[in-house]
Amino acid sequence: MLSLRDVSVSYDGVPAVVDVDLELPDGEVLAVLGPSGCGKSTLLRAVAGLEPLTSGSVSWDGADLRGVPTHRRGFALLFQDGQLFGHLTVARNVGYALRLRRAPNVRERVAELLELVGLAGYGDRLPATLSGGERQRVALARALAAEPRLLLLDEPLSALDAGLRERLAADLRTILRGAGTTALMVTHDHEEAFTVADRLAVMRAGGVVQDGPIAEVWREPVDPETALFLGYARVFRDDAAAAILAAAGRPPAPAVAVRRSALTVDAHGQLTGVVLSSRATPEQIRLVVDVPGVGEADAVAPLDSHPAVGQPARLAVDSGRLAVWVTAPAPL
Amino acid sequence: MSPAVSRIARLLGVAAIPLAILGVFFALPVVGMVSRGFWADGTFDPGAVLGVLGRPRVHRVLWFTLWSASLGTLLSLALGLPAAHVLYRRRFPGVSVLRAALLAPFVLPTVVVGVAFRQLVGESGPLGFLGIDGSPIAIIAGLVFFNASVVIRIVGGAWESLDPRAGEAAAALGAGPWQVLRTVTLPALRPSLVSAASVVFLFCATAFGVVLTLGGLAYSSVETEIYLLTANLLDLQAAAALSVLQLVVVTGLLLAAARARRTPDPALSRILARPRRLSSGDLPALGGTALLGLLVAGPILALVAGSLRHDDAWTLANYRALATTGEQQALIAPVTDALVTSLRTAFDATWMSLLLGLTVAVVVTRRSRSVSERRVRSVLDGVFMLPLGVSAVTLGFGFLITLDRPPLDLRDSPLLVPIAQALVALPLVVRTLVPVLAGVDDRLRQAAATLGAAPWRASLTVDLPVVARPLLAAAGFAFAVSLGEFGATSFLARDEHPTLPVVIFGLIGHPGPMNYGMALAASVVLASTTAAVMLAVERLHVPVGSF
Repeated sequence: MLSLRDVSVSYDGVPAVVDVDLELPDGEVLAVLGPSGCGKSTLLRAVAGLEPLTSGSVSWDGADLRGVPTHRRGFALLFQDGQLFGHLTVARNVGYALRLRRAPNVRERVAELLELVGLAGYGDRLPATLSGGERQRVALARALAAEPRLLLLDEPLSALDAGLRERLAADLRTILRGAGTTALMVTHDHEEAFTVADRLAVMRAGGVVQDGPIAEVWREPVDPETALFLGYARVFRDDAAAAILAAAGRPPAPAVAVRRSALTVDAHGQLTGVVLSSRATPEQIRLVVDVPGVGEADAVAPLDSHPAVGQPARLAVDSGRLAVWVTAPAPL
Repeated sequence: MSPAVSRIARLLGVAAIPLAILGVFFALPVVGMVSRGFWADGTFDPGAVLGVLGRPRVHRVLWFTLWSASLGTLLSLALGLPAAHVLYRRRFPGVSVLRAALLAPFVLPTVVVGVAFRQLVGESGPLGFLGIDGSPIAIIAGLVFFNASVVIRIVGGAWESLDPRAGEAAAALGAGPWQVLRTVTLPALRPSLVSAASVVFLFCATAFGVVLTLGGLAYSSVETEIYLLTANLLDLQAAAALSVLQLVVVTGLLLAAARARRTPDPALSRILARPRRLSSGDLPALGGTALLGLLVAGPILALVAGSLRHDDAWTLANYRALATTGEQQALIAPVTDALVTSLRTAFDATWMSLLLGLTVAVVVTRRSRSVSERRVRSVLDGVFMLPLGVSAVTLGFGFLITLDRPPLDLRDSPLLVPIAQALVALPLVVRTLVPVLAGVDDRLRQAAATLGAAPWRASLTVDLPVVARPLLAAAGFAFAVSLGEFGATSFLARDEHPTLPVVIFGLIGHPGPMNYGMALAASVVLASTTAAVMLAVERLHVPVGSF
């Protein structure tokens, strides 16, 4: 089990990570989610032993890792761009850690791992001849070959294009699950975090603002800023919040965050408004609706409906796509 | 004429001027010198030239050149690599001063270094008890003194921009620091290592001033042997044979190095890594750096101290004597005149090599539209590197015997020495500018063109800001090289207007303690002038490309 206690890291006196506490039980995958520049990559490098801590401690199963150099920690690190060794073939890259420890049957093990990441037969290629996605798969196989106690993933999919990212995220999840690997991943992409991780820690300005099981964080973001970062479209307060909650059949509360798809065009809906704009996407029509007592709100309609700008529309509220604060959260 | 052919024609048109200059001032003298050996008494006699290669003394010279250059290269790498690591990947107070100090020997005049080493290990020197004066050990130490700084410059530049994350990935996979160095860092540095090793071997094998001042007649390399054969023994056949052999071997070496560098380019990601603080793991590298520091500082300190001693007392007498012509009229003109001559010559050589080098660099870096065009450019690139492969002594002597009759009677021209020095500095200037110009994305020029800029205007907008600092750095290099040039200048300098290195060499050859003291003082003056130029260049922080 990985434990971080009051971990702080600074560069030349400028704090990058401030007093972070985190726990990661064996066999789970924790995603650290945050905007770029929030210090999440620095945190990962500190865990790997690549950045010295200013204060606090990183420990594994209760043993403090202070002074333990990177190569003795048993934490493999997967970089955003793979960092394959360009002068070695794919097979030698994957077998790197095995050769270091003079393991037997390197060839068989490498073949197994390449099979696992879907690249059987790629052993003799040079990294320069691979596509971005293939390179990341090789890097993953190379990291898994080390049989790390903990796998560290630094934005592992960010360098890839959208479709590939989605596919590879699902594969990554399956592979990590299958191997029972404990992993710590940092990312700025909440979809990627949801696909791959069991637990989520949200980081902002060097500190962790919330962490817990992924569904819980998703359902109950700690504050409006977190909600917006997690993909909620808008946050309503006071009377507007009460109006939306009433339409969803829930008691009033000081504030509510609403996902884009929480409001749907529905002839039996409780709310009425005027369509301000309408835009078709491949899956649905996205509207902005002016609702009296609420203000501008996002809504969706099925593709076969044709809500026109300036026309009235009735909206239903999906209670499962709201995040409610029972005490007033801090303003943005 | 098809567009492709007309592009090549235009390319050759631009290249015509530098090619003509190279033809007259490089090919002509070298061919003249070499053919003088092959045509003895008006008949073509290649057998006699080949016969030279069978002489036992020539065998000794070849063998000595080979092993001293190999050992010099190995030791330069052994001391230069740890220093490159410490100076370019670590930060600590004073690192930039140390870096400048360890890079400066690169362009220190060879004669000065020779004098400094003799002062250190000579009979009366602080290390005289070692008894290595005039031995191969002193020569090799002199070679390492120069060439470790070449290793630091070339490898350090590559190391500085090496992405540290590949090494971090290896460490995260369980590789210890030595394993990371062996399996990841050194392979990634391979192109620059090959480049540094080959250019250092080249410099060691063709070293002139150091070997001549430290080896005397007992230990001779091919380069000094050519000098002795032409200047002292007038055995032009033997000199021609050695010159041809040297040209062939060096050209082969340059080609082999280019080939070795080209094979698998691991498409490294280049970034400017933040240097880290020193840690206990850096102790071995620090030890190597300290050793190199001693090797560099020792002779220099001995030189400076020696220049301040006269009649067993601390004094500035040696420096005051620089305004005189020395004991027993050792010199025709006072040393201060020689300094003025040196500076004036270096100024001329600098603008010449810059003008020539910039034209060449622009010609070889413009983007090629066809395979044949690219081939023409790479051949041109190689042609202008040739001065690196030819003994400066051969060049100097060739000047003497070919540029002595109309229409090219330059024997009394004050431009003769600067022209020769400009050619010696040319490869360095070209290698400083080419990587920079080649690194400019051609699309920037295209963008300027689409915005309405004419080609010259686009170049002014895009290339000039990029090339301004490297151009200044190249000027500094050319100036420093010219200040210290000795091989060609020793033949060409006119007796009444010698340059400083020639004067220093003359002073060591004359008896008398005052003459020797003046040689030391003049060496200090020359070294500080060159070092000042180099420090200014260092502040520009421009890496030198590979050869």
